[in-house]
Amino acid sequence: MDFGNILINAFGEMISPTTAAYALAALGLAVHFGYSGLLNFGQAGFMAVGAYGYAIATLSFDAPLPVAVLVAVVASVIFAIILGIPTLRLRADYLAIVTIAAAEIVRYIVTTNGLTDVTGSANGLAAFEGGFFGLNPFPQGTYNIGPLGMNERDLWIRVVAWSVVTIACLLVWLLMRSPWGRVLKGIREDENAVRSLGKNVYAYKMQALIIGGVLGSIAGIIFTLPRGAVQPANYATELTFFLYTCLLLGGMATVLGPVVGAMIFWVVLSLTQGILYGLIEIGAITFLTNSQAGQLRYILVGVALMLLMIFRPQGVLGNKKELAFA
Amino acid sequence: MSTPARIRRSLLLVLGLLTLVLLGAPAAQASQPSSIPAVHQTQTAATIQASEFDNRIGGVLRGADGPIADVTVTAKGNGFEGEATSGPNGAWSIGVPEQGTYEVEIDEETLPEGVALAEGQENPRQVTFANTSSATTLFLFGEGIVSQQASFLDTLAERALAGFSFGLLLALSAVGLSLIFGTTGLTNFAHGEMVTIGAVLAFAFSAAGLPITVAIVLAVIGGGLLGYVQDAGLWKPLRRRGTGLVPMMIVSIGLALALRYTIQFFFGGATQQLPGSQSEIIDLGSVSISRNNLTSLIVSLVIILLVAFLLLRTRIGKATRAVADNPALAAASGIDVDRVIRIVWVIGGMLAALGGILWAYYRPGVSYNMGQQILLLIFAGVTLGGLGTVFGALVGSIIVGLFVEISTIWLEADLKYVGALLILILVLLFRPQGILGRRERIG
Repeated sequence: MDFGNILINAFGEMISPTTAAYALAALGLAVHFGYSGLLNFGQAGFMAVGAYGYAIATLSFDAPLPVAVLVAVVASVIFAIILGIPTLRLRADYLAIVTIAAAEIVRYIVTTNGLTDVTGSANGLAAFEGGFFGLNPFPQGTYNIGPLGMNERDLWIRVVAWSVVTIACLLVWLLMRSPWGRVLKGIREDENAVRSLGKNVYAYKMQALIIGGVLGSIAGIIFTLPRGAVQPANYATELTFFLYTCLLLGGMATVLGPVVGAMIFWVVLSLTQGILYGLIEIGAITFLTNSQAGQLRYILVGVALMLLMIFRPQGVLGNKKELAFA
Repeated sequence: MSTPARIRRSLLLVLGLLTLVLLGAPAAQASQPSSIPAVHQTQTAATIQASEFDNRIGGVLRGADGPIADVTVTAKGNGFEGEATSGPNGAWSIGVPEQGTYEVEIDEETLPEGVALAEGQENPRQVTFANTSSATTLFLFGEGIVSQQASFLDTLAERALAGFSFGLLLALSAVGLSLIFGTTGLTNFAHGEMVTIGAVLAFAFSAAGLPITVAIVLAVIGGGLLGYVQDAGLWKPLRRRGTGLVPMMIVSIGLALALRYTIQFFFGGATQQLPGSQSEIIDLGSVSISRNNLTSLIVSLVIILLVAFLLLRTRIGKATRAVADNPALAAASGIDVDRVIRIVWVIGGMLAALGGILWAYYRPGVSYNMGQQILLLIFAGVTLGGLGTVFGALVGSIIVGLFVEISTIWLEADLKYVGALLILILVLLFRPQGILGRRERIG
């Protein structure tokens, strides 16, 4: 078993574009759940809207990159508004059920055979990333980040993804220390108190839903670009639950919490996979197959989510006073 | 508490739905043309008249159930016309005088009932010889599309019956979920895995050699046990700690993930079949339903009536309703709230397990994520009826079941769950407390 390799893989996972996408989407959830108390279980839906908005705009309408990103963002704003109108007046558990249902509706619609021409149904869409990699300023070659070697495409997507995450963190941080952010936290703590100050609670919640949703849709684009493909199976409800695990790991009402949470999530997944596969390879574990080892990791995710919620709901970075629930 | 009046009202609604469905069936029977062509089992030996010519066009007709015999195929072209009938092995062959292009046509009138050409299969089609003495063309078959012959009312009645059966099996799981929500306030996302457990256990017991009825009974008991263990090991301690409802909901998501992948760990990712998952179609007049679906309908109806009886007529049922209404008041009047909740978890687990077994026959198939697939429909049923109301869950589930099946008349089959989820959202827009819910529950 090669520990050096396992550690390098874990480090690679920490800075991978998928981790960046998880961090960004979890940051959106922090805006929803951590700061506003909105229990959005449909973040996978926002990511799907973003990814499909970008891919369809590129493939069906030949839109250039900025237009395609704009289409994705506008689509997620519309999705947030449609979702928000019926649900933002409801109690948390109703909101959870409706948002999860809406995300599944999105997934069913992009999977249906009737729309194969537009969405590619179950196979999804591919070959839409050309415009993005066409902008790559790095010349061809091998680049090293620490012990990790990669080509110019890998470097470009990582640079862009983590820059976007940085900018988003900065924006959310500025927003949350503004008067607007204080009202939002006030809504989380006591909706009626804020209402009695003459604030339009509904409008604030809607704005929060839109901002978090836009972050989710951009995360959806970042998630698909390195794969060069978007497939409906990637946007099932598990994705949202994994994002919640990241969010709760880091701390739900913090800016850096989701980022740290996403990194821990993927590093732990990568380490357990490396170690389990290594043990199977050298014959130390004989009662597991490789695919069972994969499932064991997700059992751990579920158990970790339960234990976190029970014993340390504020996460690694959070403050217990700032929980969306008492 | 106006419970008796409300319950009476809800029972009326359920009965109304029942009569609607049951009346719908005979009404649709009247317009039945009843033209079931006798399937010729007699082997009218394949007319092979190929001996006259050296060149021949041929093929084999095979459907999903094996070779298709006694189907007439004609070939026309180059001033020649020939005909052949497929033999018992599905083979047909037409001798033609010269190589060239012929128009080959299968006489769809002669296809047996329930068999039709697959979509996109050209008929008639051009067959051209490629410098050999024989040319082969294959016709692919799919399930016959019944709706083309059946009248709209027939289709509607048939879909409604299937939907009613589906709705009742949803209701089994939904009633448990709703009882748990009513007594503890928990929105249990792990309920889908409790559904899966039922089917997986039934499969495991029957694979171990037990007869399927015994396996089912054991699986249902196993489901109850899972409910008991969950409550004793997890939810009761959490209630003691005073954990809020939202954290408990997230804990249930963690539990759902852990259970789902644990099931996959032992069961694998493949879909398995319970014994007897293929059943014949029973004709009830013009409406036909598979025997399994009919059994499922009857079983769930009986069990639900039993649960209703328990809730309305027994001491423990009354105590359950009291706890659902106001736990503090119930505790103050001497009801052992923890005991009631424990019983609710056990019954909820058993109902979910039974629902899972019926769902395995309905789909058909057992897989590690089957519960997750209907979890949202169960939620839709519960929310539609009103969270926390047992009869609401029943009414809501039946509506969801009917809607899912009836919507397939217009919607593509892969979109059938979308309709149910959409009405969930619409109902919340206009009547957030659900059909039978109370205002105070929406917050």
